[in-house]
Amino acid sequence: MSVKAKIQFLIFSSVMLISYTVKAQGTKMVTVKEGKYVPLYGSADKQPVKVETFKMDIYPVTNAQFVTFLKENPTYNRSKIIGLYADKSYLSTWKSDLDYSPLKANAPVTNVSWFAAKKYCECQGKRLPTMDEWEYVAMADETRKDARTKEQFNKYILEWYEKPKTYLNPVGQTFKNYWGIYDMHGLVWEWTSDFNSIFLSGESRKDKGSDKDLFCGSASINASDLMDYAAFMRFAFRGSLKANYSTRNLGFRCASN
Amino acid sequence: MKKKAKFIGGSMVALLLSAGLFSCSSESKDTKQILSDNVISGEMIAELTAPPFVPKPVGSRKAKKLIVHMEITEEEGTMVDGTTYMYWTFGGSVPGSFIRTRVGDEVEFHIKNHPDSKLPHNIDLHAVTGPGGGAESSLVAPGQEKVFNFKTLNPGLYVYHCATAPVGMHIANGMYGLILVEPEGGLPKVDREYYVMQGDFYTKGAYGEAGLQPFDQDKAVKEQPDYVVFNGSVGALNGDKALTAKVGETVRLFVGNGGPNLVSSFHVIGEIFDKVHIEGGSMVNENVQTTMIPAGGAAMVDFKVDVPGTFILVDHSIFRAFHKGALGMLKVTGEENLQIYSHTTKEGVYTPEGGSKKKAEAPKVALTGQAKIDAGKRIYDATCFACHQANGEGIPNAFPPLAKSDWLNSDVNRALKAVIHGLSGEITVNGKKYVNVMPAQNLTDDEVANVMTFIYNSWGNKKQDVTPDMVRKVR
Repeated sequence: MSVKAKIQFLIFSSVMLISYTVKAQGTKMVTVKEGKYVPLYGSADKQPVKVETFKMDIYPVTNAQFVTFLKENPTYNRSKIIGLYADKSYLSTWKSDLDYSPLKANAPVTNVSWFAAKKYCECQGKRLPTMDEWEYVAMADETRKDARTKEQFNKYILEWYEKPKTYLNPVGQTFKNYWGIYDMHGLVWEWTSDFNSIFLSGESRKDKGSDKDLFCGSASINASDLMDYAAFMRFAFRGSLKANYSTRNLGFRCASN
Repeated sequence: MKKKAKFIGGSMVALLLSAGLFSCSSESKDTKQILSDNVISGEMIAELTAPPFVPKPVGSRKAKKLIVHMEITEEEGTMVDGTTYMYWTFGGSVPGSFIRTRVGDEVEFHIKNHPDSKLPHNIDLHAVTGPGGGAESSLVAPGQEKVFNFKTLNPGLYVYHCATAPVGMHIANGMYGLILVEPEGGLPKVDREYYVMQGDFYTKGAYGEAGLQPFDQDKAVKEQPDYVVFNGSVGALNGDKALTAKVGETVRLFVGNGGPNLVSSFHVIGEIFDKVHIEGGSMVNENVQTTMIPAGGAAMVDFKVDVPGTFILVDHSIFRAFHKGALGMLKVTGEENLQIYSHTTKEGVYTPEGGSKKKAEAPKVALTGQAKIDAGKRIYDATCFACHQANGEGIPNAFPPLAKSDWLNSDVNRALKAVIHGLSGEITVNGKKYVNVMPAQNLTDDEVANVMTFIYNSWGNKKQDVTPDMVRKVR
């Protein structure tokens, strides 16, 4: 593609994205076919876990989409939300309750708590993806369902942490994966419905005498793949969260059955 | 450096010496006592310093509630000229802020993770008695703060580091530092104190490869670092940033090793450590040349500087110093003391007994042409190669290049002087500054002529022929 054509395409696609966003509150979903995978943590004896067929948004939820939700649900506005549901960094970079500037309309919404993300999805007739669903989709690169053993793929994921302020980027600019889903890596972290299950209700792990927090040696005791640093980082990140936390590099997307 | 003869003999003297190191030493106090003496007199905010500096000594202050505010950041910084790295830091520096406490302090530790951080972090302080050294209580998401308390029970110099999975990666990215727990009454007074910490780094590109270099997991697992440095980057203690002292002063270095992998053979060229707190603990060794510092360990070394000059800090696992950056400098100014060190007083040809005098005088007729260049190359390979490298490329920030060198080509006599008499101080070669020491080379006039002719006829230099006569004039 020539540079000019590229620019035209970019303009075209961003116009499409904006008009699409304005028209439809819900993001396009694709079907993810059932399958099995071995998660880094949380499966008994490192056995594969079955993931049932489900649907997932192809993009994370954007600022423009989230502001529409806020207009319909004023109790989730920054000035009104109760502390139990969101800490004080909730939407803290927004200019006001319903003005996300200086952030862009088509950038992923971040600084949202788990409660707000969950509510948003419910209002769309959807739900947050489970951690297994999210991880299952995140294994895929452009052509394969499971690219975790590919060195390049892992490097791509790991290099994300060296790129500052990626939460300012628009959605849909990273690669489209095997399922047709964008931005699983390279944009922002994402909430899952059971983000804290590994650490707070993993009683079988506690029975084995390992600690609930991911530090020092205990982090590696029950891991299924010691070289999957990208997954270690995601699990450690989730383990550091509480449901009312909100941070700049954490957004979400929705799923449904 | 030695002060006086210390072998005065008598166990009483030895006993007094070691007791004096920790005045009113808390070695004599057990945990129970420390807790029952729990006299916390007031509170204070801990002074934190970036390396190579340390906070003021505790002196005679009583145990207090000491409040530490530590901020975690993820920021791009310079590893070596032209190469950057995404460092993860405690307090904005690598190594992280120095924390200075005394035995019995009740530390209230506030750990804050900057909102722009991508990752959660925590802290494991080796000075903490408790699960995870605090890591259990301190996993902190970006944009959050956590607080935990601990009591300092054991005096010594301790490492702290991040212990969030993947642990090795968090340490490899610079998340380590030192916390000092002084005994009651403080450490013995010295004139200067500095903070030096070694670390090994693993990058996608080789040493010196330009641009932002990502962390290389495979090299880290194989324990093959591209950089081994003091205080987070190549040259962090060189040139303008060198440590300084004056002749006659006592210097204490708080030396740590963050690892993640390598054990350091810490040495200061031209100094002998009068005292070393082995592994940062209470045992003191005296008159030490090189002290071993394990990854995740530390040592306190004290010495008096008696003569002026530049003293080079190295990891004496020596290829790390010359190829990976493990070099620092201590510049000492003041009066010469020729009794302690005379510099070169005499030089001449050495002829072994029953000797091969003939051999030494062999090239009576000075070589010319290719034979001269070949002879020069042999000398180069034996004498110059280690620092200036196979193709005269030198080592960035440490040893200037000889290839296409403007410094060489603009003044032959100056170059000859450097070879014959040595060179120290700042020079600029091909636009880059170098501050290092080149020793005088013990070569004959013919040898100098040969090696310089080789250098001038190699790697794009100006093809100057150097004669023994030219060398003689400069000598």
